[in-house]
Amino acid sequence: MNELQELYREVILDHNRQPRNFGTLANADRVVEGVNPLCGDRMKLYVNLDGERVSDIRFTGAGCAISVASSSLMTEKAKGTSIGELRSLFDRVHEMLTGDGSGAGPDLEELDKLAALSGVRAYPTRVKCATLAWHALIGAISGSQDRISTE
Amino acid sequence: MSAVGHVARSARSAGIAARRADFPALHQQVHGKPLAYLDSAASAQRPQAVIDAMVAHERRNHANVHRGVHQLSQRSTDAYEGAREKVRRYINASGSDEIIFTRGTTEAINLVASSFGRMRLGPGDEVLVTWMEHHSNIVPWQMICEQTGARLVAAPITDTGELDPEAFHRLLCDRTRIVAAVHVSNALGTINPVREMIEAAHGVGAAVLLDGAQATPHMPIDVQALDCDFYAFSGHKAFGPTGIGVLYGKRALLDAMPPYQGGGEMIRTVTFEKTTYNSLPCKYEAGTQNITGAVGLGAAIDYLSGIDFAELARHEADLLDYATERLLELPGIRLIGTAGAKASVISFTLGNIHAHDLGTVVDMEGVAIRTGHHCAMPVMERFGVPATARASFALYNDRGDVDQLLAGLSRAAEIFL
Repeated sequence: MNELQELYREVILDHNRQPRNFGTLANADRVVEGVNPLCGDRMKLYVNLDGERVSDIRFTGAGCAISVASSSLMTEKAKGTSIGELRSLFDRVHEMLTGDGSGAGPDLEELDKLAALSGVRAYPTRVKCATLAWHALIGAISGSQDRISTE
Repeated sequence: MSAVGHVARSARSAGIAARRADFPALHQQVHGKPLAYLDSAASAQRPQAVIDAMVAHERRNHANVHRGVHQLSQRSTDAYEGAREKVRRYINASGSDEIIFTRGTTEAINLVASSFGRMRLGPGDEVLVTWMEHHSNIVPWQMICEQTGARLVAAPITDTGELDPEAFHRLLCDRTRIVAAVHVSNALGTINPVREMIEAAHGVGAAVLLDGAQATPHMPIDVQALDCDFYAFSGHKAFGPTGIGVLYGKRALLDAMPPYQGGGEMIRTVTFEKTTYNSLPCKYEAGTQNITGAVGLGAAIDYLSGIDFAELARHEADLLDYATERLLELPGIRLIGTAGAKASVISFTLGNIHAHDLGTVVDMEGVAIRTGHHCAMPVMERFGVPATARASFALYNDRGDVDQLLAGLSRAAEIFL
């Protein structure tokens, strides 16, 4: 696999072409906007909660393949998952994207499809594209009404 | 006769082509591919002569300027003031006291907005800019308008990325105190009809500032022929170092305006009751300046002075035409900015591929392009795109660089389309 295929894996290209959970949720419990001021990526996240669990989630926005695929993969994983689990997942995804590889690192098998994003780590300028959706998710489940920025 | 002319032309062409060898950074591999540097509009590479001049100054002549009586201070002052004189000659200012060193174009514009703005702007007054301005020629004016109660007005652009002349003339009125316009657009490549704009602005009594950051590396500048009131440019876009730039201003205006920053060098006498200010240009150069940067800029101007600008214009027009033609072969290509008078800058989108993905893919092919909003968000809004990819050409580029870009873009199309 060459370097570009390592970054733009089939899973990423697929989720970029056909993003899952793309659209809005009328009367969503939480709506958070995420922006990446450096490159202009912009997304809006709509979340419905059923107690401590994400019952439904959608997103809209425009961005690069990494940011769209990351948003799509994130929503797929978040739907039906508890807030506690999502916080721990955020930490593991963050470690996968930004870790220096010195520690054991997260268990990629356990991260399942999200592991497709691991190629981003080799492209420091693109890491924020991948983390934007996750920062927005944490903002939404924390009850933030603010705009979430990667800067 | 015509054969001789042809030979002479070829020899000059070889002259421009040979310039590539002067730029050490171009001769390296990136991701295992030869570097094709197509991001000179963001920052140009430096010729060896500029690097050498700066190293020589650092190694032997560095001391503070205008302060010491010792030998190194004298050498440093001579080098610094020598660079000012080179700038004066290069842009044909009437005196070197009209040349103010700044950190770059941005600081030069901030200086004018702040000092000229405090002197001349009040409620009801207007500052006229264009829709194709870089943020650095929008935000400083917004800030001073907020402080003074003046209003910022933007002249619209057409679908080809040209200033709408009718709208410009309509918006220019007796409330306009200053017109701040880009000479050459960084995002679109458009060359503005600055002579006409200046004449019209003077007709209503407005001063004119030109942002020349993108013009200076491509064309000779004559501030007296243009009759502009202020001209700003950066060293690093014109083959010099970063952190140094120039504000040219007409002497009468620079004399009348209040200082921009206070500190050492810009004073004549200081007591706690009252300070009197130094004369031009020191009045606007508070604190120790970027001396080595000025030396590097002087060396860059020496380098540019050896360029035949007519030949350079042909060289860059050839690259622009060739790149335009090759890009248009790609299905899904959209050129953003198709002005009749255009510098060697091409902004484009390819299908629905995001500019950042394009940038990453072509980088793997050794090609450096700029991707994003180019610090010109109103331009992106005008054309309804979040970002574009931009290839920009300088004197050291050749058709091979264009071919390499095309190979990279084809690769991106294979992956995404």
